[in-house]
Amino acid sequence: MASTIFRSLHSHPFLFHPTALIRRKYVILYCTMRSAQTQTATQEKVKPQVKVSPHSTQSKALEKASKDYEAVIGIETHVQLNTLTKAFCSCPYNYGSPPNTSVCPICMGLPGALPVLNLKVIESAVKVGLALNCKLSLNSKFDRKQYFYPDLPKGYQISQFDVPIATSGYIDLDLPLEFGGGHRKFGITRVHMEEDAGKLLHSEGGSYSQETAEVDLNRAGVPLLEIVSEPDMRNGIEAAEYAAELQRLVRYLGVSNGNMQEGSLRCDVNISVRPIGQLQFGTKVEIKNLNSFSSVSRAIDYEISRQVLLHSQGQDKEIVQETRLWEEGAQKTVTMRKKEGLADYRYFPEPDLPGVFLTTDYVDGIRNSLPELPETKRRRYEKMGLSMQDVLFLANDMNVAEFFDTTITKGADVKLATNWIMGDIAAYMKNEKLTINEIKLTPQELAELIASIKDGTISGKIGKEILFELLAKGGTVKGLIEAKDLVQIVDPAEIEKWVEKVLSENPKQLEQYRGGKTKLQGYFAGQVMKLSKGKANPGLLNKILLEKLNAKS
Amino acid sequence: MISTLQPPRSLSHFRSNPTLLLRYTSLKPLSSLSSQPVTHSTITDQSQSPNPPSHSQILSTRHSLLSRHLTATQLAESFLTRLRLTEPHLRSFLHVSDSVLAQARELDEKIQRNEELGPLAGVLVAIKDNICTAEMPSTAGSRVLEGYTPPYDATAVRKIKELGGIVVGKTNLDEFGMGSTTEASAYQVTANPWDISRVPGGSSGGSAAAVSARQCMVSLGSDTGGSVRQPASFCGVVGLKPTYGRVSRFGLMAYASSLDVIGCFGTSVADAGILLHAISGHDRLDATSSKREVPDFSAQFVSMNLLESKPLKGLRIGLIRETLDDGVDTGVTSAVRTAALHLEELGCCVTEVSLPSFSLGLPAYYILASSESSSNLSRYDGVRYGNRVAADELNSQYMDSRAKGFGSEVKRRILTGTYALSAGYYDAYYKRAQQVRTVIQKSFKTALDEHDILISPAAPSAAYKIVEKKNDPLAMYAGDIMTVNVNLAGLPAMVLPCGFVEGGPAGLPVGLQMIGAAFDEGKLLKVAHIFEQTLQNCRFVPPLIADEVA
Repeated sequence: MASTIFRSLHSHPFLFHPTALIRRKYVILYCTMRSAQTQTATQEKVKPQVKVSPHSTQSKALEKASKDYEAVIGIETHVQLNTLTKAFCSCPYNYGSPPNTSVCPICMGLPGALPVLNLKVIESAVKVGLALNCKLSLNSKFDRKQYFYPDLPKGYQISQFDVPIATSGYIDLDLPLEFGGGHRKFGITRVHMEEDAGKLLHSEGGSYSQETAEVDLNRAGVPLLEIVSEPDMRNGIEAAEYAAELQRLVRYLGVSNGNMQEGSLRCDVNISVRPIGQLQFGTKVEIKNLNSFSSVSRAIDYEISRQVLLHSQGQDKEIVQETRLWEEGAQKTVTMRKKEGLADYRYFPEPDLPGVFLTTDYVDGIRNSLPELPETKRRRYEKMGLSMQDVLFLANDMNVAEFFDTTITKGADVKLATNWIMGDIAAYMKNEKLTINEIKLTPQELAELIASIKDGTISGKIGKEILFELLAKGGTVKGLIEAKDLVQIVDPAEIEKWVEKVLSENPKQLEQYRGGKTKLQGYFAGQVMKLSKGKANPGLLNKILLEKLNAKS
Repeated sequence: MISTLQPPRSLSHFRSNPTLLLRYTSLKPLSSLSSQPVTHSTITDQSQSPNPPSHSQILSTRHSLLSRHLTATQLAESFLTRLRLTEPHLRSFLHVSDSVLAQARELDEKIQRNEELGPLAGVLVAIKDNICTAEMPSTAGSRVLEGYTPPYDATAVRKIKELGGIVVGKTNLDEFGMGSTTEASAYQVTANPWDISRVPGGSSGGSAAAVSARQCMVSLGSDTGGSVRQPASFCGVVGLKPTYGRVSRFGLMAYASSLDVIGCFGTSVADAGILLHAISGHDRLDATSSKREVPDFSAQFVSMNLLESKPLKGLRIGLIRETLDDGVDTGVTSAVRTAALHLEELGCCVTEVSLPSFSLGLPAYYILASSESSSNLSRYDGVRYGNRVAADELNSQYMDSRAKGFGSEVKRRILTGTYALSAGYYDAYYKRAQQVRTVIQKSFKTALDEHDILISPAAPSAAYKIVEKKNDPLAMYAGDIMTVNVNLAGLPAMVLPCGFVEGGPAGLPVGLQMIGAAFDEGKLLKVAHIFEQTLQNCRFVPPLIADEVA
């Protein structure tokens, strides 16, 4: 970054002109590109791994060596809070707004401007702290973390240093079955509140021949929670699932949209490798630029391989404390910067903000208003008799879980509801690229549909037809059955009439049947069902048909 | 006001002048003011009395306007004329507004239409240049902000404007408030109106000089370690440093956030109190501003004719022993001791009180203030506003912009503060200084439990010569000994002129510092007002304008 030719923003250095801050042309181009590749609101699934090793010739040796080593992984996660306004001023934040359109003297760090804490930030922090089973500090404070960078308008970040709002918690999660399954509990070291920095926009050319950088301060001052894990993870999958569970948690709590591609959830991974049995940690390497769960997982597995290889070749001195970047294209990590001693951030208490004092009443109020959290939900679904695969599918997305829960509340059979949701409904959502909140089917109608099939009002086949109608257009099960005259016919006399009609119209086949070609039963059943326009109760139909077929033999 | 008619008085005359009264009424209701007798026509006309007590320019302005004795335009013109005449000698302003007369004319039209006037209508206010004003440059006396005009008014400025005050201009200061002489301004050196070869004090030297020379009626300064009180003492005006949190800091360019307060200058206690009332109160833009209600300070200004012979009977005054030690000029000590006697005559019980931690205040202050300033001044990086030195590389751009933008005193404090906050030194310096701060707060609390008010000199000496201490920063820092403790404790304090020492063409004024309990500005104003109104044989009009304001 230091090599960047830095000719930042304004063309009028002696005057403050908000409009002169940016050369819009380039900046907007940048943002358009960015927003085109993002904006997926659904939770990404961790993709099964492709083992990445530096050289295939070494992979065998590596495989052997990796049994002798253990990776130690800790994650720092930044969660951007979805408060209406920024942490310390009244600017709104909307991802993708044109640069520097959501700024004010406070978040721009103009002379004389002061921060005032948005109380929603504390509320969100307390929610997350409680959900992560942390101890809350009833007396905490803000501190200044000082360093120079153009995206940091005040020259310091308002953060929390020695007294974070929450400490010593843990998170429970269940690994997906495709990764072997299993329950895990990872420790949470601390949760603290801080503000986000702006963004540097790099552009080539412009009015200068060299590369220039511009600053967009829209994001400056947006509230973040930094969640630091204990070094409890041992491989890429565990780390990715930890991050996924955090995403689930903040979405359940409603404190963040948790979108990784928008940067609402950012993971920095610390990873070291040590010979199994050694207590002391190996040299730690930090990996940045991980913007999906699968890149978290793949980057870690790559880095483990790299470090194990160096260890096994006696070159462990080559592992140095550094920050490495994950390169998605090359599927490998590369050195970003080596640490030159520890950075001295010269933390000291933020004198512009009073201390943060929480009362037990306040905390209890928030505790009592917490929604059912993913772990609790999973355990409840498990007790309902659902398989782990079903449990994980349903609890993965808060909205799916809510849909399921409401369907059950309306009296639907648990297993049937699960099957419908995981089967046809999920398939429809996938095909149409819709979320469960966007489909027209309501939990009420799904419950009705299940009930209608169960009580024999309609057949399962018709149920499926109705389902797609409900998913696409909405409406009620009763309404559709009525409108389309789909009520199943269970009157034996009526079915018998159809059977007789079919048999009389197909004397040849009847003869063959009776001659021993009993397979033709299916043919007759199909003809009868066709005649009934699909409404005949299949059980009854088959029973009557068999009676008739075998009667005169 | 009527007070200007008063003949010389002594304490025994309190009851013998029943017809001569000085009445201050509250800012509201407005009508009560116009019912007062009219006795003089121009606010600078003090010729009827050889030794009149200071009177409120704010109240007489209001009265002149409402009684149509003077127009706002006439008033503004007379001040602007004096400003133009004196400014070449004083250089107290960095910027003079070009809309003063237009605003005055607008006000006159309002008066013509009998519209309601704000309590500061027509009052000419100067603003220290580290306080943001939307329509005027605000440089904090620094090159790094040369030509910078903020997009917003500081809360204090906004309040003054809303109440009808007219901002005359921006006054000179030591760069970002760091200094005690105003010589550390990047632009100019301001002279003391009592002797233009001397400094006006600092850092609010421009605001103090401007009020002293009647270039404006009142002014705003800022006080981090004495920057309102020490120049008030040097320039012979009233300087009021409110309790930390009483006045919003929003729009005050931060030097040391936990110590900074905006303060008031006036030629009378009443003006300082009225101005303080105007700018006080909670501000949702400053999380450290207090939600306490702001009392009507003017209720403290008791009419002279209502005063008993011992109007301050029973008031316990503590004279801080450590402030009269060696190192304090004898002239200053004797002026303060005389003031103490005067307070005794008014009925006070004056005793010496010891604050053993007093001498610790100076080092603690310079560590804390420098630490905070090293952080607060980080934003002047040349990226978003202010001067930028273009460079091919980011770090060079930072270094060059800041190397050229800041003066040597600012750099000295940034370096000191950066050092004090560095890993390995934090505990020894910053943390230790915070502990000292707590000790000082406690010792003031104890002293103020036993005394209503503490008194001391405002500075160890009267105004000294320009350049005298410029190259000796430690000597200059030592001069802040009287004032920094008050900032560390966050207490309110006033400085008001109490006497003279020899020097200059007409002697040099000496200020008396009065320190009160937190949020007890009312008591300070009451005592200071009585002290001011009963002070004998002192007239604090500098020689520079003595002929004109005769």
